[in-house]
Amino acid sequence: MLRKKECVAMLLAGGQGSRLYALTNNIAKPAVAFGAKYRIIDFPLSNCINSGIDTVGVLTQYEPLELNEYIGNGQPWDLDRAFGGVHILSPYQAKKKQSWFEGTANAIYQNISFMKKYNPDYVLILSGDHIYKMNYAEMLRAHKATGADCTIAAIEVPMKEASRFGILNTREDGSIYEFEEKPKQPKSNLASMGIYIFNAEKLFKYLEADDADPNSEKDFGKNVLPAMLNAGEKMFSYRFKGYWKDVGTISSLWESNMDLLEDDPAFDVSDPDWKIHSRNPLAPPEHIGDEAVVSNSLIALGCEVDGYVKNSVLASNVVVEEGATVIDSVLMAGTVVRKGAKVLYSIIDENVTVEEGAEVGESKESGKGIAVLGRNISVAGKIAGGEIIDKDHKGE
Amino acid sequence: MAHSAVGVIFSNIHDENIPELSRHRTMASIPYGGRYRLIDFTLSNMVNSGITTVGIVTKNNYQSLIDHLGSGKDWDLARKDGGIILLPPYSDETDAPYTTRLEALMGITGFLTHRNEDYVVITDCDGIARVDLQEILHFHEEKGADITMVYHEETEPAQSSYYITLQPDETGRVKGLKINPKLKNSKYDLYVNVMVMSREFLVNTIQDAVTRGLSSFGRDILTKNVDTLRIFGYKFGGYYATISSLQNYYSHSMELLQKEVRDELFGARDVYTKVRDSAPSKYIEGAVVKNSLISDGCVIEGTVENCILFRGVKVGKGSVIKNSIIMQDTVIGTNVSLDAVITDKNVVIRDRRHLAGCESLPYFIAKGRML
Repeated sequence: MLRKKECVAMLLAGGQGSRLYALTNNIAKPAVAFGAKYRIIDFPLSNCINSGIDTVGVLTQYEPLELNEYIGNGQPWDLDRAFGGVHILSPYQAKKKQSWFEGTANAIYQNISFMKKYNPDYVLILSGDHIYKMNYAEMLRAHKATGADCTIAAIEVPMKEASRFGILNTREDGSIYEFEEKPKQPKSNLASMGIYIFNAEKLFKYLEADDADPNSEKDFGKNVLPAMLNAGEKMFSYRFKGYWKDVGTISSLWESNMDLLEDDPAFDVSDPDWKIHSRNPLAPPEHIGDEAVVSNSLIALGCEVDGYVKNSVLASNVVVEEGATVIDSVLMAGTVVRKGAKVLYSIIDENVTVEEGAEVGESKESGKGIAVLGRNISVAGKIAGGEIIDKDHKGE
Repeated sequence: MAHSAVGVIFSNIHDENIPELSRHRTMASIPYGGRYRLIDFTLSNMVNSGITTVGIVTKNNYQSLIDHLGSGKDWDLARKDGGIILLPPYSDETDAPYTTRLEALMGITGFLTHRNEDYVVITDCDGIARVDLQEILHFHEEKGADITMVYHEETEPAQSSYYITLQPDETGRVKGLKINPKLKNSKYDLYVNVMVMSREFLVNTIQDAVTRGLSSFGRDILTKNVDTLRIFGYKFGGYYATISSLQNYYSHSMELLQKEVRDELFGARDVYTKVRDSAPSKYIEGAVVKNSLISDGCVIEGTVENCILFRGVKVGKGSVIKNSIIMQDTVIGTNVSLDAVITDKNVVIRDRRHLAGCESLPYFIAKGRML
């Protein structure tokens, strides 16, 4: 019997995530920490394995070192397989030419041979910058049921935000008659989630045509999808109802972290039937000290909390010393908040030291915005709300 | 250059000391410290000391241990050569499984002869410590010892049903060795069930014991030959907790609430354990948590003081849990009060229950019970 995989997933993880500023100085966006113990890429990878898709190509380009190390052999996601599993696909030098990935479609095009190795019937295209739980197997069932050549997952967004997205204009049966990339005057609020299922042969055909077109920007949303629609291919939308958040900006990353809090959270990562897998930190249970006050927060393993923590998300091995205050903030692994220091409405990257008596950020109510500290720095004094500080841009 | 050694871990040998927790599992798989099993500390010491071939001797009730260990990958012991090798009872003489340590060793001579490491480190799973085994191997070689036994100075009377005390001289040479001596309330040197010898010496000793029909390693080999063999005692000066009763399981567990103890056990080097992919623990508005260790996957709405909560524990609103050890996936309802209680895994405590033990006699609730 011919060895094959019915569906192969290709995960676009090469984005720089420039709107996350200091948080993506040295790492690709999908490797950004999220929700005390996760990284953004855990969500699409967990969705894949939970949906029964065990062959995933991860396309990297920008600062891939940490992402590569994090994914490793894929074992934390049960994606270390003899046939299939997770594979990092980087730009490579070929006999005829060498090139970086020039756009989303080009990145996939350059890895056609990877996909063909598995002889797939379908290819699932994913992006590495969204937080959501989705059963791709159900989407694939819908794709087969409609007999589509391409199915695009779509979610209703508030009308006033619709112009930030690729908008699908559909008929009653869900088939797409028009595709508009970031329209000024959107006709509908049905946004593409950047999740596509293609019939593999059709995808290969259009990618090859797109590559041959010198005027193309080599982008799915701008070029490949419109080309397919113009040629009369069957394209359907797949309605997704549930939590889905693009965490490409500082404020959306902060909001999405906060969505994990509360007794009945907007987004639940503790569903035993849809586990979010991740590479776990090697750390003992967190210790909450005698003087500590912790409320409405997520705390990961290895933390030592002796101060006041409210409405916050603390990743592994964070230390909050006695008399320190952390409110409305996201602290990534290994960050230390020294005695009497204050952290308000901030996102602090890994291994930052907030020195004794320092004040980072201003209250959420001040309207100054979220303060951001890049990794591996130490800060003293006062850092105003909305400021972004990293190694190269010291505060004050 | 690191010494090459193979590890042998006895997973069952002290089961009878702590029947409450070992009824359904081996000593090795008794939960400890919020997210570990006893064997994790021993295995981590081995891995961190460069010992990557570990035979685990089992006898009975080892399903939970197999489930915990899996392929060994969580300890970085899923290896092409070596790794974790389970050694269930083996006997070609009778149908009965071994009853003594020496008989168990006879059953694994095949494993021992086919390895090529120079040394063997034999340990039990009743010790919680961070031990650099390379240092002990180095000591063993330097002393030209036949057997090196690790000891720890104790003052509290031993609670184990079988224990060995050592009388080493100033060079470390063991001059006297007693099994289950009467202990007055003074300092004594307790053998902590970690022993080093060359693989060749061990294999020869076992073969000799087989031909002579010996049955007890402690009585027939150690005490009988204390004058002729070069037995050395290695004094371990760090934190060493020997788990030998439910009471000292409780008191040693509570020592983890001290920062110095945590720093010594968990700082600088890693303690490995099985990964469960639990969500981070959630502290709901109104939760009060003081001086407690909380593992992942917990949801806390009530008050938790001086406690150790294992993975996936739920504490409902209005409940007050003090001085207690709450194991994996225990669900505590609302307005419950617990003081000095140990719950085994998957216990359910319904609303408004009040339970209390005391520090010398913690109240124990067996696995899966519903109250």
